[in-house]
Amino acid sequence: MKWPYPIRYDVENEVTTDVLVLGGGIAGCWAAVSAARTGVKVALVEKAATIGSGAGIGCDHWQWAVKGVPGMKLSAEEFTSALVSNHGGYHNGIARYIQAEEGYETLLELEQMGGKIRDTHDIFKGSRFRDEATKFLFAYDYDSRLVFRVWGQGFKRALVNEMTKLGVRIFDRVMATSLLSAEGRQGAKVVGATGINVRTGEFYTFTSKATILAGARPQRIWAYCSELAGSADMRTASSVGGGYAMAWRAGVEFAMMEKTIEQGTVIHPSTAHGSGHPSNTWYPMTIVDAKGRVIPWVDRDGKVMDTFEGRTMPAPGQKFFIAGGGSSSLPHPGLYDYKQPRLRNVDELLAKGEIELPLYADLTSLPPDERRAIFGLMVGQEAKTKLTYENYAKAGFDPDQDMLMSYQQIIGGGAYGTSATGAKMVTGLPYIRNSSAGTAGGPMVDWNMQTNLEGLYAAGDGIFGGNDHSHAATTGRYAGRKAAQFAKGAKTGSISRSQLEFEKKRVYQPLNRKDGVCWKELLGGINKTMQTYCGDVKYENLLEMGLMMIDDLKEAVETDAFATDPHSLGSILGVIDLIPAAEMTIFASLARKASSIYLQFKRGEYPEQDPPDWHKFVTIRLAGEKVVNGDLPINYGTPYEENYKAHCGR
Amino acid sequence: MVPNPTSPTRPVIFDPATCDGCNLCVEICQCDVFMPNPEKGQPPIILYPDECWYCGPCVDVCPREGAIRLNYPLMWRTPWKRKATGEQSWYGKKNPFPPNKKPLVP
Repeated sequence: MKWPYPIRYDVENEVTTDVLVLGGGIAGCWAAVSAARTGVKVALVEKAATIGSGAGIGCDHWQWAVKGVPGMKLSAEEFTSALVSNHGGYHNGIARYIQAEEGYETLLELEQMGGKIRDTHDIFKGSRFRDEATKFLFAYDYDSRLVFRVWGQGFKRALVNEMTKLGVRIFDRVMATSLLSAEGRQGAKVVGATGINVRTGEFYTFTSKATILAGARPQRIWAYCSELAGSADMRTASSVGGGYAMAWRAGVEFAMMEKTIEQGTVIHPSTAHGSGHPSNTWYPMTIVDAKGRVIPWVDRDGKVMDTFEGRTMPAPGQKFFIAGGGSSSLPHPGLYDYKQPRLRNVDELLAKGEIELPLYADLTSLPPDERRAIFGLMVGQEAKTKLTYENYAKAGFDPDQDMLMSYQQIIGGGAYGTSATGAKMVTGLPYIRNSSAGTAGGPMVDWNMQTNLEGLYAAGDGIFGGNDHSHAATTGRYAGRKAAQFAKGAKTGSISRSQLEFEKKRVYQPLNRKDGVCWKELLGGINKTMQTYCGDVKYENLLEMGLMMIDDLKEAVETDAFATDPHSLGSILGVIDLIPAAEMTIFASLARKASSIYLQFKRGEYPEQDPPDWHKFVTIRLAGEKVVNGDLPINYGTPYEENYKAHCGR
Repeated sequence: MVPNPTSPTRPVIFDPATCDGCNLCVEICQCDVFMPNPEKGQPPIILYPDECWYCGPCVDVCPREGAIRLNYPLMWRTPWKRKATGEQSWYGKKNPFPPNKKPLVP
């Protein structure tokens, strides 16, 4: 069969713009809108189709907006400090403060664009989680109003419409492949980027005054198998976080790359949120055992709670609880002050013979409005889940009558759409490491959302401590504004022809072979290396061997990697971009000579957890062939309010 | 002679009688798993079924009801139990419960 698109490897497109956005997910789209509103020219580059790309093709929660939220009792400062302390300080206080300050105004702007953010159809009139005056719906702690429930299936479309109105040039099916630096010098000002079209193979050279990295973060580094549907984690299989590789090669400084979490098993047990569980989108679901016995919910003291309402209110004497994606760095959520209600530990009950598997999410037992909020609104509006709802309904699933089985209570949780409160080892499937969910390491940013490279900004999941939709939206919007301000005062840099030629050679070289190592085998090699040498407990000898094996993979790329068309070329280049991500994890793991409970980091030779002299960020960056280690104080970014006022650009 | 197929082989299923080959699904696919059929008016070819992410915009964007449906693979069958009767059903079961026609929250 003939390739349906014109093959044009020899074509080089040149695009000049003021602000270049790399990645068309939530952060990228908001950055583009925000920059375009200031009047600068904006170009956005997206590997897939911006209308539905990234994890933000739907949204159920708008998390952690503080300032301006009707009925809010907290300040942005107070909440941000609490959230950061819930991670032992290992978080991005700058980004989270911006989210707290500007998250609500970003939500209102989204409404202006056509996003549905309130219960305009009065489906939940009279509900405890609804504010009657504004028709806003809240999730988790209804009292604190830190998280909204929203209709996210329309958000991407609203953003694309706005970008179109504002004249943003969108380059879909173009995969960004490298950052271009002044004089082609690593560590110098970023003057543009390159890309290839994954349908035609055409080359793109973008020249820009300011560039925003919005390419999310790497996934699949420890495990992936295309035969096991769903093992690509939260984002599309094609979302490999190429932004990290590009940034690393250009000399960007990264923080917290040694952090990895346990993330369930190799496969997703069901379609997105298609298995019953008590957290996230399904909070605060009642779980029953095979005989219909209710698994109790417990408060932060471990005391059984006898009301449903209690799960949605702070405990007596507690000001608020923190819940939501990335709420805490600890395996059990967070500090006592902010600890949320949880399902009682199922392992204990099983061991005592008090419950029988399987467990079910008993939707029927919930108050009707709560039931409808969860399996109706939330599972319905979150990314990918509308089809879960529709497909299950076709097979007769009715939340008014049916209880949905809970997989993660059998095989253990942690994968997207599940929870980590389940029975861990009933089937014996092991947890694997992961850095694509929760809050992980990434490019470091300052109060301008700028990296250490002049002219290069970053937002969303693609920064250290980044996670969740509203974080991406709010930081993207802020970064767009700042990048545009910078661009207005900047000159267009000149592209180094030799850097360009080097990059062209690099991206097209797999086409030189008709056979050899395909993307799947290369990915398998990376996975095996990381599982073996960078697993639960890290040792210097193993980490160094991991680097040795990665060098071997790099050689295999040079001599054996092959691609037969623009699509498979994009696939192998994407996996090649996972190699720096794997390396960075190892470099940072070598640099941290202490264990840390907050970073879920165990160094075999240094078992002491969080000794005071290691309570700091470890940073890494590439300088030629060498990796330069650095550090930042744990209170990086503080004082929040003062710094925000000085830098927000308003 | 046929080599092993990449699996799952059928992440989406087209109804050739309903699909008119408009290719809106091809354009919206986040993983670019589809290729337009060389024969105009025919359903797209699923070239990379193993790369499907099951996100669903292909189904949402389709203007012809039934032309395309998402087909979850065997490893994604989660049962549910009808409280009143104890009977279990699941997506993909032969003779599941009758369809639930109640609408999603608007």
